[in-house]
Amino acid sequence: MHELSIVASLFEILEEKSREQRAQKIVLVKLKIGKLSGVVSEFLQTAFDAYKRETLASEAILEIEEIPLRIKCQTCQAEFIREDFIFICPLCKSTELKILSGTELFLEKIELLRD
Amino acid sequence: MEKKELVVLEEILGSNKKIAAEIRKKLEQEGILTVNFLSSPGSGKTTLLERIVEVLKPAHKLAVIEGDIETERDAERIRQKGVPAWQITTGGACHLEAKMVARILSKIPAETHLLFIENVGNLVCPASYDLGESLRCVLLSAPEGDDKPKKYPKAFLTADCLIITKADLVPLLPFSLEQAKKEALEINPRLHVFVTSALKGEGIQELVQFFLARRKELTQRHA
Repeated sequence: MHELSIVASLFEILEEKSREQRAQKIVLVKLKIGKLSGVVSEFLQTAFDAYKRETLASEAILEIEEIPLRIKCQTCQAEFIREDFIFICPLCKSTELKILSGTELFLEKIELLRD
Repeated sequence: MEKKELVVLEEILGSNKKIAAEIRKKLEQEGILTVNFLSSPGSGKTTLLERIVEVLKPAHKLAVIEGDIETERDAERIRQKGVPAWQITTGGACHLEAKMVARILSKIPAETHLLFIENVGNLVCPASYDLGESLRCVLLSAPEGDDKPKKYPKAFLTADCLIITKADLVPLLPFSLEQAKKEALEINPRLHVFVTSALKGEGIQELVQFFLARRKELTQRHA
């Protein structure tokens, strides 16, 4: 349950961007969250809604895109998605794997209003 | 008012990563091997640390950072072994962050050989926070069950070592060492696995020798 800490870090970035852009309001925040980020999207949403009150993002919508765990085998070059977190190539059984995506905890974009 | 779309593309924990990278650089340049211990509460982190400290203390300068939600108890236990220890009480937060370690950094003597960080007992959240360690160890105590790696994949994926603790209890429990190792290695085939009992002393020497070998590599790299 460190989603509130994650949201606090997110708001540090949001505040910095609002200042730079002289934004009056933030209306949309879009995140990319990997399946293996260690974060639960539902809790992140709850934490965001609690944190946003009395900030420039008080009416902002949080959009979360979940990114599957995509892996590439370094032995046979096969690419696959694993939901079960078993890091073994289903084709050649190699354990020499590279994670291509699925660990993200990423602020992709924001939409803001300004004069 | 105009509406503007701003593409940011920033890691939310980017500032933690940046602080952690600075900590790692500073400590490694000073020849300090830093080990971050992660586990659920009650899996035996402090007791294991007491045994490790007893073995290393005669020949090595040590320092310990203890992370807990409340109390100085764990730091006190380490100080009783004659090793300097700093307690970070997070006041509710379920993990340590790099900035908390950064605040203590200036107090760690430069001649320290090994710095051990005991994270807040939690197998989920600490996995997301790099503290600037050189080695991450995840503990799994036999009473917790051999099915934990798959339930908490991130902790095992991001670790360098798996330390199975309370191994002296294995004969009494429905816990299979082979199954625990298999589960963990399926998630992270690069894990170094140690089977330990802080009570009986099993596996402590092997673990300590591993840390010392890693520290030797580190000091040679920065010589």
